Amino acid sequence: MMHRILLGGVLLGGVLLGGLLLGGCSPIQPWVKPYEREHLADPIMSFDRNPISSVYLDHVFETREGARGATGSVGGGCGCN
Amino acid sequence: MRMQLRSRWLAATAFGLGAVGRADVLPEDRTDVLYHRYEGGGLTVQGPSVLVRKKFGDSFSASYQYYEDLISSASIDVLSTASAYKEKRTQHNLNVDYLHGSTLYSAGFIYSKEPDYRSNTGFLSVSQSMFGDLTTVSFGYSQGWDSVGEVDHGVVVQSFNNGIGHANANHRTWSAGVSQVITRDLLLGLNFEADENDGYLQSPYRPVRFLDPFSIKGYSFGLAVAPSTRTGTAGSAQLKYYLPWHAAVDGSYRLYGDTWGIVANTVKFGYTQPLSTAWTLEASARYYWQSHANFYSDLYPYEDSQNFTSRDRELAQFHSLTLGLGASWEFHPGWPHWVDKGTLNFDYNRLHINYQDFHDNLIPSLVPGDEPLYTLDANIMQFFLSFWY
Repeated sequence: MMHRILLGGVLLGGVLLGGLLLGGCSPIQPWVKPYEREHLADPIMSFDRNPISSVYLDHVFETREGARGATGSVGGGCGCN
Repeated sequence: MRMQLRSRWLAATAFGLGAVGRADVLPEDRTDVLYHRYEGGGLTVQGPSVLVRKKFGDSFSASYQYYEDLISSASIDVLSTASAYKEKRTQHNLNVDYLHGSTLYSAGFIYSKEPDYRSNTGFLSVSQSMFGDLTTVSFGYSQGWDSVGEVDHGVVVQSFNNGIGHANANHRTWSAGVSQVITRDLLLGLNFEADENDGYLQSPYRPVRFLDPFSIKGYSFGLAVAPSTRTGTAGSAQLKYYLPWHAAVDGSYRLYGDTWGIVANTVKFGYTQPLSTAWTLEASARYYWQSHANFYSDLYPYEDSQNFTSRDRELAQFHSLTLGLGASWEFHPGWPHWVDKGTLNFDYNRLHINYQDFHDNLIPSLVPGDEPLYTLDANIMQFFLSFWY
């Protein structure tokens, strides 16, 4: 059941995104101008400042939990002990 | 015969496309050298890792990562039916990126090797920036091919999988992500991922426990039998907000569900505070909860009491809390001249797991199944040096 709900979420997101893309007859004006992105460009605003560290932590959790995915990392092997 | 049993699970080939990256620039040139250590529940895993990334011209970038686990295990799974062991796992990642306009194409391959497990994973992804670079949309696909064996005293044996020998497991993952600038201080990331797995999807080292009136303890161990297919879906949302006093706070939520009946929720909060131009401190808290797999049981009424059986505690019902602290020190070395800056980083996480239907059978009990519930505490440390050039 939960699996179907999540799959439905993915499909709905795809439809909405497709609508956005196809409906773009008039160009969307960026509401945050390039000169207003000083804060966003600060390294502390990165979702993943140190990929080598976040991939390691994701691996630690994935090998001990039933859930996986949607974290932004690629893993391989087992090493799950 | 004393068996060297160890816990294994299917390869983690999850591939999520970060709501993190930008598609209009190549990743930064940097090298990281990391030492990691996990210690808890009778298990110690430590080792080095090196990640090197370099641009070639304006359109290409490549990265290579080496990762190593040195494992020393005397976990509850090992001590229940076998004896402690040591082993090594190595992993190699190769990744290439090609930037064309506002589109970033990536491809890569991961190879992982340990005495009884080989894993090969290939992946492709494409990211596109749009709407004045306020939105980045990503799609990806990965496929994994694993070979699973079982080791007894350092020798790969063929005592499972109906005597066929090495079993295979295949994994396919589809992912989509959106990164969105909401305001000049707020970022939103959305990730979706669906994975499909088939083949030998269980650990040959984690037996099931069943009541046995002919055993002194009142129970015995037998072979587990997991389904040969598993499909899972995960969706997550994350927000990051810039605070007026030059700090950042972030929060994320993930919902996961699969065809084995596991439903899991993950909530995470983080806070980043630069103290000066050199020092940055971080704190995080992560809560995780999952329900058990439909066929999981800590103690079955008798051997082969149902078609599918497992006592793998990763399929049990449990909740966990992880608290983390990190510190980073930035420096600008004068030599060599091509290094722009470096950081020295230390990261510590404390993990606590409360299992709700997995009992500690190492503690004697008059009645099987009346043992106290198992809990796990672990220290997770990372120390790494990063250079940008």
